Parts: sequence; structure tokens; C-alpha cells
Amino acid sequence: MTETVPVAFPQDRTCPYHPPTGYDPLRADRPLSRITLFDGRPAWLVTGHGTARALLADPRLSTDRTRDGFPAPTARFAAVRNRRTALLGVDDPEHRVQRRLMVPSFTLRRATELRPRIQEIVDERIDAMIAQGPPAELVSAFALPVPSTVICALLGVPYADHDFFEGQSRRLLRGPTADDVMDARDQLEEYVDELIDHKQKQPEAGDGVLDELVHRQLRDGELNREEVIALAIILLVAGHETTANMISLGTFTLLQHPDRLAELRTHPALIPNAVEELMRMLSIADGLLRMALEDIEVAGTTIRAGEGVVFATSVVNRDEDVYPAPDTLDWHRPARHHLAFGFGIHQCLGQNLARAELEIALRTLFDRLPTLRLAAPAEKIPFKPGDTIQGMLELPVTW
Amino acid sequence: MRLDIDIDKDVCIGAGQCALAAPGVFTQDDDGFSTLLPGREDGGGDPMVREAARSCPVSAITVAESVSRPGEAGRAS
Repeated sequence: MTETVPVAFPQDRTCPYHPPTGYDPLRADRPLSRITLFDGRPAWLVTGHGTARALLADPRLSTDRTRDGFPAPTARFAAVRNRRTALLGVDDPEHRVQRRLMVPSFTLRRATELRPRIQEIVDERIDAMIAQGPPAELVSAFALPVPSTVICALLGVPYADHDFFEGQSRRLLRGPTADDVMDARDQLEEYVDELIDHKQKQPEAGDGVLDELVHRQLRDGELNREEVIALAIILLVAGHETTANMISLGTFTLLQHPDRLAELRTHPALIPNAVEELMRMLSIADGLLRMALEDIEVAGTTIRAGEGVVFATSVVNRDEDVYPAPDTLDWHRPARHHLAFGFGIHQCLGQNLARAELEIALRTLFDRLPTLRLAAPAEKIPFKPGDTIQGMLELPVTW
Repeated sequence: MRLDIDIDKDVCIGAGQCALAAPGVFTQDDDGFSTLLPGREDGGGDPMVREAARSCPVSAITVAESVSRPGEAGRAS
């Protein structure tokens, strides 16, 4: 580590599938750098793959954002950090109770069982695009409705309400103001509260995850109502926004790499690893947040108790000691140890579902629309700012 | 090579990484926790067992070469 001016974090990407060029000094300074957050507060940024794996699994780092001094990447995050966030916002042992309740619904086997249903949902959306005729805006026609429909079915949330919860999720994640985030959170809480009322009045439980929470855990007192609401919100939001961004940005990236796309068409058996490689390359959740509870000796330095620790997955996942030629898409490299889903006890609960959705969505999209291409110059297509989950804001396509 | 594979179910978070990496050896039980497939408790010679252990986000899996049992020829060192 060299003594340099701390880099501002987060920054906007210049190309939607590469880390911000402003992070170049960080890439040269692995595994740990100093950064400055939006409010001028300093924090540590973890950029080395091995160091990130070790620290994300270290119980001395807390993810409880209600703690004083927890690092905030944006003003709007700082404004809502006292609101209860299930799973990702709680440490063990509280986290462990929540995770263990959720795990049976998100196993690899459960994701495999859902594949035929995911295929139907994907086909329905492509049928609709074909019926409508080209061109199309792929985020609203495909990338968002596919995971949104899947998570509704899994949770037992009526898809008819998708405009409402997609809109509130967008405000929750992107504001733009702190008031937007607060209000979106209020509205989602109210919505889930009413949904719980509705489910409690049904004589027989439905087969969604939320039905199970309401009819078993809430009734038996294992969870209180506030916990059920917080769990439902994070599952609903994380269950559609992240995958939607991977579908839109993954499609854009493939269209910008015609040779790699052609290789996938010729060798569809490469698709599962291609999904891993896309997740490594795109690292859409860039900037995982923690706070040190004790002094931690790492990489020849000491992270002090109370200091913020941020994980730049876009930089970690391009550590050339682990991924030779890290800026190149390579379907043959072992990409599986990427940290796009995080690591440690908070590693993405929905990762097996996400893999299934991405494999089916991308394979079917390019199978059924073999002439799919951008309907606008690539450099004119808007993508998300660096302070939220990365992805395309719009994706105009034709075929 | 026979392996001793130990899964710490108190630590396991049910991420399913082991079952994804080495589906011939690992699966998830009804509660979502990692478990070994019947008949594959010694790894069955699957070269992906160590990869599965390395994939685990909470280091719940430990793999060691099996020390030979009484009556077996081999390296009880």
C-alpha cells in the first residue's frame, strides 16, 4: 500500500460492464486502499480477492447498519440506516435465525424444480415481444418482468401488484432523495402488512414463502410481525432488482461481444459457466458495506474498531492473481470463485435461483431472437449511476 | 483416494455451493443444510470435493485424506 490521496467511492462507471476508470489506482494498490465516502468520511476499501474472502467471512466485521459510524455510500442510505433490514442488515445470532428459516425455500434443488416454471415465464415474455413486433425496450419488456414474476410466484405475492412494488423498489434503491427512500420503505411496509392481513384471513395457507412465514412462524411466535415484514421486503426487492440488472447488462455485454455470443450459440453447454463469468465481469452489487467491531490485523495494516470497510466487488473480481487477463470475457476460465454474490454468512440467499433465471433467460432470448441487436448506438444507451446496483436504465433492441 | 469429509452443520448457511461444485458427493437436506450423498461419504474419488470445500462461504467443510483402517494396506503415517 502506498500513501496516496484517498479515492472517492463510489464513482460512476464509464462503460456499464467495466469498473469506473476512477478505480484504476485501486486496482494497482491491492489488496486494501483508503477511500473517501460521499460525506468526506474515510473508510477502507478491500480490493484483493483473498483478503476479501477472509474479511467477508470474519465475524469481527458487522453488517448492522444501525450501529453508530456504519459507513454510508450515499446521503439517502444514511437517512434510512436506522430502519430494520432483515438478513443483510443483521449480525449473528439474529441473522442465523432468519437465514435458517429461509434456506429450505432457496436450495439448489428448489431452484432446479422451478426451472420449468421459469422457462414458461421467459417464453411468455418473448411471445409477447414477438407479437408486439420489433423494436422493444428490453428492460421493461423482459429483464424486469421475468424475475419479478418468478419472485412473486415463489413468495406468494400477487404479480398484479408489480407496478407498485417495482416502482417502490426503484425508489428504495435509487431515491433520488432520502425522502423518496423513506417513503418507498413506508409504502412497502404498508403493502406487505396488508398482504399479511389478507393471508391470515385465508383458511388454507398458499404455497408461497410468505404464506409459510405467516401461517407458521408468525402464528407460532418464532418471528414477530415487524420481522416478517422486513424479511418479505428484502426478499421481494433483492429477488427482482438484482436479477433484472444482470439480464439487462448481461444482454448488453453479450451484444457488445459478438464473438463470445457466437461461441455460446455454438456451444450452449458453456452457458452455466458463461453466467458465472458474466457475474464476475459485471459485479453489479459493487460496494458491500461492513464496520469493524474490533481491531483487525490484515495485509500488514490494522483496521481499527469502528472503521468502515467497503468491498469493491468489481475490483476484487478482476484480481489478476486469480483471473489472468481479468478484463476479458472468457467462458472457459474457472470463474466460480467470484465474489459477485458476496461471501461469508451473508452470501446471497437467492444465488441458485439467480443462476437458473440467468441461464434460462439469456439462452432463450438469443435462441428465439437470433438477430437480436441494439436499436440505438451503444454509447447513447443510459445505465445506472455508481451509487446503486449496476445495470441498464433502458435497453432499446430490435431483431 | 478415500477422504474424510466433515460438514459442520452448525456453521452451514445452506448456500448450496458444495452441491453446485460437486453434485456427485454433496446435496442439501430438507432443511437446506449440506449433506453427503449416500455411498459417497468418502468422496467416491470425485476430484471436485476439495473445490466444493473451497467454495463454501463459511468454511463449513473440512476434507482430509482418510487414514487407513485396520486390515487395510497403506499409509497410516
